[in-house]
Amino acid sequence: MYKYDDYDHQIIRDRVNQFQDQTNRYFAGELSEEEYLPLRLQNGLYVQRLAPMLRICIPYGMLSSTQLRRLATVTRDYDKGYAHFTTRQNVQLNWPTIEDSPKILAELAEVELHAVQTSGNCIRNTTTDQYAGVTAEELVDPRPYCEIIRQWSTFHPEFAFLPRKFKIAVNACPDSDRAAIHVHDIGLQIVTNSDGKLGYKVLVGGGLGRTPMIGSVIREFLPEHDLLTYLDAILRVYNRYGRRDNKYKARIKILVKAMTPEGFAEKVEAEWQHIKDGPSKLTDAEITRIKSHFTDPAYKELNDQPEELSAKLAENKFFSNWHKRNVAPHKKSGYAIVNLTLKTLGIPPGNVTDKQLEQLAQLADEYSFGELRVTHEQNVVLGDVEQNRLFELWEAIKPLGFATPNLGTLTDIICCPGGDYCSLANAKSIPVAEALQSKFDDLDYVYDLGDLDLNISGCMNACGHHHVGNIGVLGVDKKGEEWYQISLGGASGQDASIGQILGPSFAREQMPDVIEKILQVYVDKRSDEELFIDTFRRIGITPFKERVYA
Amino acid sequence: MPNMILDGNILDDQWVYLEKSDTPAQQEIPDGSVIVPLKTWLAQKETLATRQDLGVWLDSDEEPEDLADDIASLKLIAVNFPKFADGRGYSIARLIRERYGFKGELRAIGDVLLDQLFYMKRCGFNGFALRADRSAEKALAGLTTFSEVYQAGTDQPLPLFRRRA
Repeated sequence: MYKYDDYDHQIIRDRVNQFQDQTNRYFAGELSEEEYLPLRLQNGLYVQRLAPMLRICIPYGMLSSTQLRRLATVTRDYDKGYAHFTTRQNVQLNWPTIEDSPKILAELAEVELHAVQTSGNCIRNTTTDQYAGVTAEELVDPRPYCEIIRQWSTFHPEFAFLPRKFKIAVNACPDSDRAAIHVHDIGLQIVTNSDGKLGYKVLVGGGLGRTPMIGSVIREFLPEHDLLTYLDAILRVYNRYGRRDNKYKARIKILVKAMTPEGFAEKVEAEWQHIKDGPSKLTDAEITRIKSHFTDPAYKELNDQPEELSAKLAENKFFSNWHKRNVAPHKKSGYAIVNLTLKTLGIPPGNVTDKQLEQLAQLADEYSFGELRVTHEQNVVLGDVEQNRLFELWEAIKPLGFATPNLGTLTDIICCPGGDYCSLANAKSIPVAEALQSKFDDLDYVYDLGDLDLNISGCMNACGHHHVGNIGVLGVDKKGEEWYQISLGGASGQDASIGQILGPSFAREQMPDVIEKILQVYVDKRSDEELFIDTFRRIGITPFKERVYA
Repeated sequence: MPNMILDGNILDDQWVYLEKSDTPAQQEIPDGSVIVPLKTWLAQKETLATRQDLGVWLDSDEEPEDLADDIASLKLIAVNFPKFADGRGYSIARLIRERYGFKGELRAIGDVLLDQLFYMKRCGFNGFALRADRSAEKALAGLTTFSEVYQAGTDQPLPLFRRRA
């Protein structure tokens, strides 16, 4: 994991002091509400329906046990004792006060955490694969590149007042994409070219929100060292020409569409020619320095599928179900990647208490070299667990509520905070998630359905990523009442697609039955091992429409 | 009360601003130190080029490329921030300095507040005409908010990774 040096510490401390001063001036009446707004947003502080909300950055999802413990302390001392894992690898506090926020940030800074640019019209936290560095699927570990982007984007003087927010995601797996790079403002796919040189395929203009779009490739291959200058060129074109007259048309996707991807690419290339060989071109020394922070931990030499694991898998069906769903293969033999689910029935998806944060820290220390990752599916991952300790780990996490064996299934719902917490929401989302989890509590049925993403957003800002759910649910407001629109066929991986709207929306109490009908169509029509998304792509939306609106 | 900062010093502003005109070719330019709108400059530059006391200001939707040929002859260029949240001026400033090599006074005008000054300085501004209701003395602190920076900028052409000990 990246460790701050004196420079990094100084920059974050300066930031805390700056925000303390800004907040003092705000309370002294020297900064108006309007002037303070972008300043507090760029420090992660929103004012929400019930209270301010502080969004803390978890750079590309990596957390140490020390950081987890500090998060626990902060939620206990300044909040109501729980935090919320978001769909963009961040953590939110729901009840801090504005006055306390600079103090919270000072405490977080001590453990190399911050809330820099987690909100506002600036470059946000760069996200990546939660299995980065531990999966055999990847070409290289993407995290050093994310850290290079983090430093470049932190207080970038030219891009602090963009037309709209800006999100970058990086993926290094050729055949899978857990980072959803096709639906980010910039998506970077790390690739090698025909000469075996490392670089990036660059996508721009993807996004969700009210105009969902899949990103367009503007460069098939950008050499490794040119990362920052090319990002500068893209951002400069966007900063100068992105629309500022209408916030719903201000994202880069609208500019790319208006200019066409080819036209946009030309403009970026022209800008880049001026700066590509400037001082911001990366050096071997810097890439090596950053990579040295992401070396392998002290792995033992172990064998895959040790006997004690095989024996437990054979004798315990519950353990083997969990193993099948929630454990993923590791690049190092004898190790495994373990997903801890934060989707217990009756608790809003992604919510954790201060106690649970401390338990997670303890688990990370005991089982995974003191590190943990947060996922955009609002779960957490222990990246380096010895296979011969999986049963022991499973026994330990069952009573803690982290072992719901539903990863990637219907009931592993991605869900925004919704109308219960968020002032933007048209409708509540959490009660829908709960109703669905209650209705579909038969695990055998859920397993039989296989991989299936059900995503819920409380409004068209799409924090619940409903457009890319195989089944997407969107809260809509109809004359002051909360209704839900369903879309089908969305996907967020390498074959990303935007879901199609099924038809007129439904009342909340209808939702479980409607989803059940959709699932029945799939079960009736699927061939052997076909996944929901593949059946949908084969048969189209009509059979679903006919059944649901019959 | 002076509310102009130039090269870190507070001073009284000697320049007069000329508003945009619908007929830039006919706009009358008074004597003395005047900052004229870009379109007026472009329309009249043949006759104005002899004057040593002129500056030009660009709005945030105007193109610094239009000034490319005139950079060497200008003493002052100002960039307007119609609203502090309009960040186009930062890119405009960097282009004027870094691409066209402007060495004179580059001034931020309009909605210019303390909390933007650090980024503005990094993008090449050395003059700050603060919004009329703000004190320049307090704003001076905004120029030194951060003691270190990651990126290259006009003020520090080397990114931290090329300077890191």
